[in-house]
Amino acid sequence: MLFLPELTILGAGLLFFLLTLGQPSEATIKNCASAVAAVILFTCVLCVNQTGNLFYGAYRVDLFSQIFKILIAAATLVVFLFGNGLKGIKQDSRPEYYLFLLVSNLGLVMLVSSVELLAIFIALELSSFAVYIMVPMRTTATGIFFQMEAGIKYLLFGVMATGFMLFGMSYIFGLTGTTSLDGIAEQLPILANRPAAVVAMLMILSGFFYKLAIFPFHFWVPDVYEGAANETTAFIAAVPKMAAVALLIRLTSLASHQGEMVLNLLMVCSILSMFYGNLSALVQKDLKRMLGFSGIAHAGFILLGLLTFKLTGYASAVYYIVGYALMNLACFLVICQVAAKGENLGISDLSGLHKRAPILALTLTVALFSLAGIPPFVGFTGKFMLLLGALREDHLLLVTLAAINTAIAIYYYLSVVRMTFCSDSNGLGNVQTGFLANSLSLILVTVIIVMGVAPSWFVALAESAIKTIL
Amino acid sequence: MDQLLLNQGFPLLSTLIFLPLAGSLLLFVVRDPHFARYWTLAVTSIVALLSLTLLPKFDRDTAAFQFAEHHPWIESLNITYVIGVDGISILLILLTTLIMPFCVLASWTYIKDRVPAFMICMLIMETAMIGVFVALDFVLFYILWEAMLIPMYFLIGIWGGPRKIYASIKFFLYTLAGSILLLVAIIWLYTANGYSFFIPDMMWKDYPFTAQILLFIAFFLAFAIKVPMFPFHTWLPAAHVEAPTAGSVILASILLKMGTYGFLRFALPITPEATTTLMPYVLWLSIAGIIYGGLTALAQQDMKKLIAYSSVGHMGFVTLGIFVLNIDGIEGAILQMINHGITTGALFLCVGMIYERTHSRELSSATGIGQYMPVFVTLIGIFSLSSLAFPGTNSFVGEFMILAGAFRHDVPLALAAIPGAVLAAAYMLRMLQKIIWGGTNNPDQSWLTDLNSREIITLAPFLFFVFWIGLGPQPFLAMMHSSVVNLLDQFHGYQQAITAAGMY
Repeated sequence: MLFLPELTILGAGLLFFLLTLGQPSEATIKNCASAVAAVILFTCVLCVNQTGNLFYGAYRVDLFSQIFKILIAAATLVVFLFGNGLKGIKQDSRPEYYLFLLVSNLGLVMLVSSVELLAIFIALELSSFAVYIMVPMRTTATGIFFQMEAGIKYLLFGVMATGFMLFGMSYIFGLTGTTSLDGIAEQLPILANRPAAVVAMLMILSGFFYKLAIFPFHFWVPDVYEGAANETTAFIAAVPKMAAVALLIRLTSLASHQGEMVLNLLMVCSILSMFYGNLSALVQKDLKRMLGFSGIAHAGFILLGLLTFKLTGYASAVYYIVGYALMNLACFLVICQVAAKGENLGISDLSGLHKRAPILALTLTVALFSLAGIPPFVGFTGKFMLLLGALREDHLLLVTLAAINTAIAIYYYLSVVRMTFCSDSNGLGNVQTGFLANSLSLILVTVIIVMGVAPSWFVALAESAIKTIL
Repeated sequence: MDQLLLNQGFPLLSTLIFLPLAGSLLLFVVRDPHFARYWTLAVTSIVALLSLTLLPKFDRDTAAFQFAEHHPWIESLNITYVIGVDGISILLILLTTLIMPFCVLASWTYIKDRVPAFMICMLIMETAMIGVFVALDFVLFYILWEAMLIPMYFLIGIWGGPRKIYASIKFFLYTLAGSILLLVAIIWLYTANGYSFFIPDMMWKDYPFTAQILLFIAFFLAFAIKVPMFPFHTWLPAAHVEAPTAGSVILASILLKMGTYGFLRFALPITPEATTTLMPYVLWLSIAGIIYGGLTALAQQDMKKLIAYSSVGHMGFVTLGIFVLNIDGIEGAILQMINHGITTGALFLCVGMIYERTHSRELSSATGIGQYMPVFVTLIGIFSLSSLAFPGTNSFVGEFMILAGAFRHDVPLALAAIPGAVLAAAYMLRMLQKIIWGGTNNPDQSWLTDLNSREIITLAPFLFFVFWIGLGPQPFLAMMHSSVVNLLDQFHGYQQAITAAGMY
């Protein structure tokens, strides 16, 4: 029972492995994928109240991990549902694509439960390598040929970040003689002021900074976002980031004793991420690239919650990353529907969307205003709570700079809204949307608004989950 | 919480806020343009009538917040849904609710495209605007203050004129950039006040002087851009010119007042010491705005731009009245906020009516129409006279009180404002002369039809208020008197406490 979600995902992966051996029809693959994702979500919800240790204490099942598993499974289900045509993926490798996606999912689900350095490493690599393979699986039919380049870039930067992380882990092991997080937590306060411990901690964090795309580990973002298929990007933009935040919470709560040095570095990373992301996003023409840069900025915001080293700050970070995933899923839902052949979308391709697909236009607008941090959407509430948490810790300068960034960001989000609502369709045809995509987008819009207006219950949930690991 | 007189029985204010929002939901489903017009007119009219029922129950003798409602909202952060009305806000709420039905009427034939969407934006606007004036929780205030940008952005960006994209983005960016530091100020106040966002709790506290100065700067940026005060006014002509008539009216009559309302509600009570220190600069900026607005209005060929720049001048008078910090000045300023809403709103409606006929806002294409549209020129004539503060009209009372307050404060300052009044006469009479008579070679205007009954009904109430406030302003002043006296008492009490503390 403790391991049920993982086993389900594994089983689902095997199912798709069997499918790759035969020659299943399109419809079979589609339906299998959706059904499997629903079952995974169901098992995750079923196991929410489980607690216990597995594998000699390397793997812990608690409320914290279970909630993240639900979130990951839910986001994956949404990706499966709106991307179920897999228009951007090569025809003959669609079953394999699902196989790798599920393997990556397995890695992420295991990651949030891992409480031992090697288990963390293995889970992280499992999830990463599957995605490395998914990126080049994009079809070349739309005339895009740089998916291979994107895949290689993703791999190289990823491996480098992992290298840093392993190096840091070896230091920690050398200093403390243990690889379990509990053991490290006991010993770290004694080592707090040793430069070696600080360096090691930062190196470990860098592995997850890479996943979350925080400056200076962000270099892969624009190319991978642009080069990967729309469905793959949707997955990369939403799901691994949630797991990364979970792990960053586990790890920064260890680093909280290390004082000024780590704090200052996190602050610098946060500010640079925001400025770099927002300023670069201003000049983008490609929608996915723009969202990539905006993702870097949002990662900087999330860091704002982590560097408070307080329960409320962590809870705000969790709230924010969930909100961020929702907004991104809404954006990518629209991208996947509008890009009829799975091509990349320029911002100008959205012109007149309000006529071509009113519901999609509404969804995109809500998601973008929310990303920009305009009330009453989830993005505003999240940003507000993060700023509030940081100001409680007296980071006035940081909060002011973050607030200024909100003002910078509004411009590029607005220019997309302008295209969808305030311009004519310029001869672009109507967008075909199915019932599924429409209802899914309305659900996302509702959730974005409801979570923004009534955040209490979710924050309370996140706080009670985080209490179990602090 | 003793500043609140809790509402018993029917939650009138909440109904006012949420009725338009609820009304807009239906328009997402029913997409018929004709139904959308009637439905929105009905909803805004009901809201207007409901808001009038506030009047008999409003207690003029107290400075407390009346009809207050208090519900917990986000408990973990101590954010509450708390709303209430006092003498400063009640007139602004009535202005908002009463003007909205006429905005709908003015858009009846003006808006032909995407009518349901337009009406949805109008209704959401109304919810946000009423909410801003009644919110007593700073987060609630900020949420509505920012959320308002979205429908307004669409009003300008979708239904606007040729340069709508530029105007709408400039409007959005300017306002958002201004209010972003307000958010930081709000959070700072929250931490300094024992984790409470309740606005009356934040007032009259002895925050350190530097903190007050920084808070004042944050307030000033947000509110001065909204007013707009010189030199933060550049978004206004662009937005006014490109917005559809209803959008211009909402902007001029209500949105601009939020800035001055913000000064009264937040800047004065929360940062009194900083206000005293920085007052001279704000006053001279107001004078600069008055003169600058007048001079630029004199040079405009575009009627909407002319009125937009005249707004800069009129709002300069309002900020002048607020920051002289005496009873005449502040009461005159509040009255002038209402007057400007009435007069400028009506003028924008008049320009909209011309535009619907000639499809041009140029003064040159609307010259010499007095002969063919006698009713129209009579009305626009009266509103122009009101705008230049002709005795007997509403603006005269407001401007007179403000100048009286300014003279009591500082004679050179008041003298410096006088040219503004002369300039107002100059640019308004110039516009009137051109519209009514023009020159010797007017374009052929004989095809123009005079106002129809819908348009006359739209303008009639404005006319009524122009003369009512002009000839008998007492009921309006009585509504705000207790609140203003209380504000000034507290303000001067605070100053005395500071000086007394300074002596030891």
